[in-house]
Amino acid sequence: MSWETVLNQAVLVSLLAGTLRLSTPIVFAAIGEILTERAGILNLGVEGIMLMGAFAGFWGAFHTGNLWVGTLLGMAVGALMAFLMAFFSVTLRVDQVISGMGIYFLGLGLSSFLYRITFGIRISPPTVEGFQDLPIPLLNRIPVLGPILFQHNALVYLAILLVPLSVLVLYRTTFGLQVRAAGENPRAADTLGVNVNLIRYLCVVLGGVLVGLGGVVLSVAHLRMFWENMTVGRGFIAIAIVYFGKWHPYRTFAGALLFGGAYALQVWLQAMNAPVPHQLLLMFPYLLTVAVLAVVAREAKGPTALGVPFRRGEY
Amino acid sequence: MKILNFKVEEGPEPSTLRKVLAPILAILMALLAAAVLIVMAGASPWVAYLSLFSGAFGSVQSLAETLVKATPLLLVALGMIVAFRGRVWNIGGEGQLIAGAIAATWAGLNFGYLPKGMLFLVVLAVSFLAGALWGAIAGALKARLTVNEVIVTIMMNYIAIYGLNYLVRGPLRDPSIAGGFPMSPLIASSAKWPRLIAGTRLHVGVIVALLAAGVIYVFLFRTPWGYRIRAVGANPVAARYGGINVLSSIVLAMFLSGGLAGLAGAGEICGLHYRLLDGISTGYGYTGIVVALLGKLNPFGAILAAIFFGAMVVGMEAMQRAIGTPSALVLAIQGLVVLFMLVGDVLVRYRVRRA
Repeated sequence: MSWETVLNQAVLVSLLAGTLRLSTPIVFAAIGEILTERAGILNLGVEGIMLMGAFAGFWGAFHTGNLWVGTLLGMAVGALMAFLMAFFSVTLRVDQVISGMGIYFLGLGLSSFLYRITFGIRISPPTVEGFQDLPIPLLNRIPVLGPILFQHNALVYLAILLVPLSVLVLYRTTFGLQVRAAGENPRAADTLGVNVNLIRYLCVVLGGVLVGLGGVVLSVAHLRMFWENMTVGRGFIAIAIVYFGKWHPYRTFAGALLFGGAYALQVWLQAMNAPVPHQLLLMFPYLLTVAVLAVVAREAKGPTALGVPFRRGEY
Repeated sequence: MKILNFKVEEGPEPSTLRKVLAPILAILMALLAAAVLIVMAGASPWVAYLSLFSGAFGSVQSLAETLVKATPLLLVALGMIVAFRGRVWNIGGEGQLIAGAIAATWAGLNFGYLPKGMLFLVVLAVSFLAGALWGAIAGALKARLTVNEVIVTIMMNYIAIYGLNYLVRGPLRDPSIAGGFPMSPLIASSAKWPRLIAGTRLHVGVIVALLAAGVIYVFLFRTPWGYRIRAVGANPVAARYGGINVLSSIVLAMFLSGGLAGLAGAGEICGLHYRLLDGISTGYGYTGIVVALLGKLNPFGAILAAIFFGAMVVGMEAMQRAIGTPSALVLAIQGLVVLFMLVGDVLVRYRVRRA
């Protein structure tokens, strides 16, 4: 292995394309978490919701033979799990760290339990077709940029489009203003007639839809199968990336790309038989997360009311 | 809030009876919800729970296994109690346990020449330290840089798991094992902990865990350090005004918390397996959190909760063998218990009255 091999154009193009592809599940989960946290709810159950989305998406795709039906099912189950989180944090007003843990454990256990009882134990694990790449005509023929940006499956494009869309919603609509108000100063928002708790419910559930979709990408588009705890911490990494992105979609997208790059590099190094044991390569994204958090934590100030339950008429 | 002609309102401070009822109610509700899952799996909940119960308590053998599983759960839970009392969210029991197990293996492989009693103490010391340092990293990052400890401790879990996978395949691998199973050589026989009941796997670790529960109780409620940790947990701002060093209190809480999980790792190595294995921890780090919450963050409550979950783990395995219901159900029940505990906490604070 030498620098020439790394800097070879074909390798770089495939690494960058892989970066975009592998960052997709984290983009969905992180944007979902931004929406949730901007409204003032800290959802630490992302990992569990992602796992449930991954299972439901796989189950739906496997049994209907239609990937989009599976995708919608994964999103719906994500919404359902998030609704549970919203009920605990908004209606019951309990400690969000503990309820997030509960949702995480529940999602982890339920997804592996349901997988076991619906698919049983087989000699070879069941698989689905997986999404086909949809090259965008003309654009995909641009040298270098074409294969990096315009030869992906539909979900990758969806993730890329979601980023500016979420900025538009958060910063250019009344709804977005209400969301940010609910997270920054719920008391003031309430005074101005914003239904803070309804906004929070909506954001947590919508966030859950996106987190569930992130899980679907993992099981249906990437690995084309499901196994216990297949997210291996990606849900928590998404939360860390939200910190890194300071709750802003563009910066968060950059953070997700950083991680997509880490995964792509790890896969490539493994394929190249790099002189590093692959267990140590697998550690890399987690070490990177700790490092990134240590660097940005001091200046990452979240929404003021993040994690604080809101009760009308209390001063 | 008015529902029909009943008023739901917050009552006074709940009585002790109501507080004790909450965890029991949570368990019952979780088992009821799990019964629905068992029906979905095509089995009868009645038969399932009967086989679970007899699998966990039916014989001396199964009772011993329940206590064997409860041992690491209690140690991890005690660590969680120290951290959570200080409002430090340590989710890293899994990684800290693994760090302790690795250290115990290292001591057991290298200090076999020491007298038994001395080696026992050395193993406890190094495994405590390894877990403590693994936990203190997250504590220091939180105290120094306000890094969210939930995420860091989870990341440290994965780093520890991959580190373990590397060690048993690389530097610590036993080359003499045929079939290439990744595991370390056996530890020295002098490092093995005595068994309490012949013919079972019950080892002295259970005594270590029970003693630790007493020590942690005294530490938290009878020493200035414990008081400081609790004060910071109750109100960090007030604690700072009261002259308590909040930052060092956070690091201390994480240090002790990780150390106790490290002791659990020592028990798994020197009490049970006698060598380092790939899957040395089967989620004890996570279940320990649930045990701590179910025990109401009280060391003695945690003893009962640890036995309950030890029985759950052993009973579920028996249930899987008997009627084929996947034992992954334990994980789902853990989540349900946490959530129903929260519901219970809300319920005991409210009373329903005729309007």
